Amino acid sequence: MPVHPSPSASPSPALHLAVALDGAGWHPAAWREPGAGADRLFTAGYWAALVAEAEAGLLDFVTFEDSLSLQSTDPAGPDGRTDLVRGRLDAVLVAARVAPLSRHIGLVPSVVATHTEPFHVSKALATLDYVSRGRAGLRIQVSERPDEVGHFGRRTAPLDPAELYAEAADHVEVVRRLWDSWEDDAEIRDAATGRFIDRAKLHYIDFEGPRFSVKGPSITPRPPQGLPPVSALASDTAVYPFLARSADIGYVTARDAGEVRAAVAALPATPHLFGELTVFLDERQATAERRLQRLDAAHGAAYTSDSRVFAGTAADLADLLLEWREAGLTGFRLRPGVLAHDLPAITRGLVPELQRRGVFRRSYEASSLRGLLGLARPANRYAAAASLTSPAA
Amino acid sequence: MSKPLKQIHLAAHFPGVNSTTVWSDPAAGSQIDFDSFVHFARTAERAKFDFLFLAEGLRLREQGGEIYDLDVVGRPDTFTVLAALAAVTEHLGLTGTINSTFNEPYEVARQFASLDHLSGGRAAWNVVTSWDAFTGENFRRGGFLPREERYERAREFLDTAHELFDSWDGGEILADPASGEFLRDAGPGAFAHGGKQFDISGHFNVPRSPQGRPVIFQAGDSDEGREFAAASADAIFGRYRTLEEGRVFYADVKGRLPRYGRTPDELKILPAASFVLGDTDAEARELAHEVRLQQVSGATAIKYLEHVWNRDLSGYDPDGPLPEVDPEPGENTIALGRASVRMNGDPLAVAREWRELAAAEGLSIRELMIRTTARQSFVGSPLTVAQSIDALVQADAADGFILVPHLTPGGLDAFADTVVPLLQERGVFRREYAGPTLRDHLGLAAPRALAPVRG
Ligand SMILES: Cc1cc2nc3c(=O)[nH]c(=O)nc-3n(C[C@H](O)[C@H](O)[C@H](O)COP(=O)(O)O)c2cc1C
Repeated sequence: MPVHPSPSASPSPALHLAVALDGAGWHPAAWREPGAGADRLFTAGYWAALVAEAEAGLLDFVTFEDSLSLQSTDPAGPDGRTDLVRGRLDAVLVAARVAPLSRHIGLVPSVVATHTEPFHVSKALATLDYVSRGRAGLRIQVSERPDEVGHFGRRTAPLDPAELYAEAADHVEVVRRLWDSWEDDAEIRDAATGRFIDRAKLHYIDFEGPRFSVKGPSITPRPPQGLPPVSALASDTAVYPFLARSADIGYVTARDAGEVRAAVAALPATPHLFGELTVFLDERQATAERRLQRLDAAHGAAYTSDSRVFAGTAADLADLLLEWREAGLTGFRLRPGVLAHDLPAITRGLVPELQRRGVFRRSYEASSLRGLLGLARPANRYAAAASLTSPAA
Repeated sequence: MSKPLKQIHLAAHFPGVNSTTVWSDPAAGSQIDFDSFVHFARTAERAKFDFLFLAEGLRLREQGGEIYDLDVVGRPDTFTVLAALAAVTEHLGLTGTINSTFNEPYEVARQFASLDHLSGGRAAWNVVTSWDAFTGENFRRGGFLPREERYERAREFLDTAHELFDSWDGGEILADPASGEFLRDAGPGAFAHGGKQFDISGHFNVPRSPQGRPVIFQAGDSDEGREFAAASADAIFGRYRTLEEGRVFYADVKGRLPRYGRTPDELKILPAASFVLGDTDAEARELAHEVRLQQVSGATAIKYLEHVWNRDLSGYDPDGPLPEVDPEPGENTIALGRASVRMNGDPLAVAREWRELAAAEGLSIRELMIRTTARQSFVGSPLTVAQSIDALVQADAADGFILVPHLTPGGLDAFADTVVPLLQERGVFRREYAGPTLRDHLGLAAPRALAPVRG
């Protein structure tokens, strides 16, 4: 029987916290730090340990970065560098691989909408929801990279970003319709009539758009959460219309409380807006700054990011998060500068600090990602439509 | 000197949406909850099976313009469920059916390379070539492939995937913090493929996986399919009914290998097989008959007949004789999305053959369907089944079997507990895994990377 997460009984926590997992961390020199495990980046054990650490810290979810090209500092193609982490595993598969080893934390892989089939993505995420028993989420991205275009050979560069986001919105719409294409009680196993399903509860989605059309229904029954939460990064206000249309969670790269307020005002209907921050955490601010400088020196350049970069103590970071929460954010996606160092600093330093301030959970209050995020399990759009049109019994 | 005994390969097929699965039995569990997959995989691993096998269909089957509802409907995404199973097993190979028409090489290659990393070298790919427009309606290209191009695309897809797998040779990653060199040089991943089906180039972003490449399976029965297997596959997932059919198929496919400079043990022939066990042979036969009655109800029998007749036969009595009318010629429009329908040869010839059989033995529609849809199956006491499996393998009708139990997920348990120990006693099946990878289980050599393109 599918797991149907109950709507969270306890009040949802005051602040939500996610961590973005990528390679050895977000600083380019992170892989050279002690304990970084750079020779284990392509093993399941490496990812399982990170997720276990995040779960021990009661975080809402982790995200897994991904791309359909080799990492590069050059947006046009490979940069030929040998001093940075190169190569990565498929994020959906990494999330699935760690799912049976964790119990509470949400698992949110990144998927590039630009070159993938919504039909495949929909069933993959539904299946991630089954194997994690209701903890799947999706982070959708677009790709303008010309080298990725060359990896698929189906379209020509340059791609127009506005067009890519419109296409991604269609992609998400198709994925969600497919999740809904089976009603929850479609499987009837009626031995008397020999019918395994009630086919009236399966629906063709008949999506017709300018970019693609998809018939449906899905081959995978509706996932435990109904609709796993969809999230996306907005490193630019140009992405806001896409967020508004397609995301349950938007990650905003604000620099200060003013920018936070602007984002919140621009996206009134998005259920969750998370602040996106890269963090270097130590006992003292000076230590954190020195560590960042040391990493920069090893790398040979100062670290830059689309997000605000925070180097300091857990207490100071807690102050900043609370200030931004006051400005309207509901949570944060933190990018640890060095996973080996800054992830435990989050789970063992920042989390207790937030708990002391009464703004973070002390135990998991729900078994699904939607439950943790305080999002109700959505009704099935087709079931709703059917019950509106069916005559009263 | 007697010939040394051949070692048997055994695998377990998690039943998908086929008609073999008896879902109405009180012992039947979920076909979609992850617990079912865990139970099934752990049983297979406890029995030291080579691998777990998943089939795939990318559109729900239809018959007579409606979604088919008499069999199990609904299954998970192949890659995702296999990656999750890698977490709850240690040795079991993980074989996924992935279509070469409705996918792109870059994406599939990175999924298989990722699965191979995440499972420590246990990934296998059953390359199937279903090509129809019906399935194509679920995909961007809308599209479909002309039937005659299905193997052309499959061959080029596989070649391209190999170029991607081989674009890393395995020695590139230094990850040396002291020197600051993550990569030995900037070359890895470079590939360029220019062909009729794919014209792609760039850099593959998954480093070489433990097996180098996944093990390759093929599952198509046409001459082209067999040729594709002889040229490129490590194993064939086959479908035949009798020992004689098996030997002919085996000899045919193995006979094609020398053309490609390959030896007979480089391609394993593993037919699908169902089984029914009982304390005695008589009890097993009785049970098997009950299972067949559950698998082929009257309604199901009519639907099966429609696959060949290609017309609505809902007015016919399943307990009566075959229809007088002939099958409707041409493209099958009554049953959509079924591999077995796509593979049906000449419907008129099949009808003629069935009429003769039914007349000779006085079979009703349902009885005939029970007879003709039976696949290679082992029925008997554990000893009888162990002996038949061994006999078929030693007689070169197969190198082993992919077992398809009729119950999910517990249908493998009795086989693991009773038949496997007997095969082990006979010295024809492993007691322990010899190595960590699926290639080790199948006795296949590790592939060397072809000279990669450097750019
Ligand atoms: C034993 C066996 C298993 C198959 N399993 C699948 C499957 O799981 N999914 C699928 O799409 N096609 C499956 N096929 C169908 C083939 O991929 C292919 O579409 C069809 O057989 C056409 O190729 P052919 O003309 O060489 O037989 C299977 C075929 C055989 C013989």
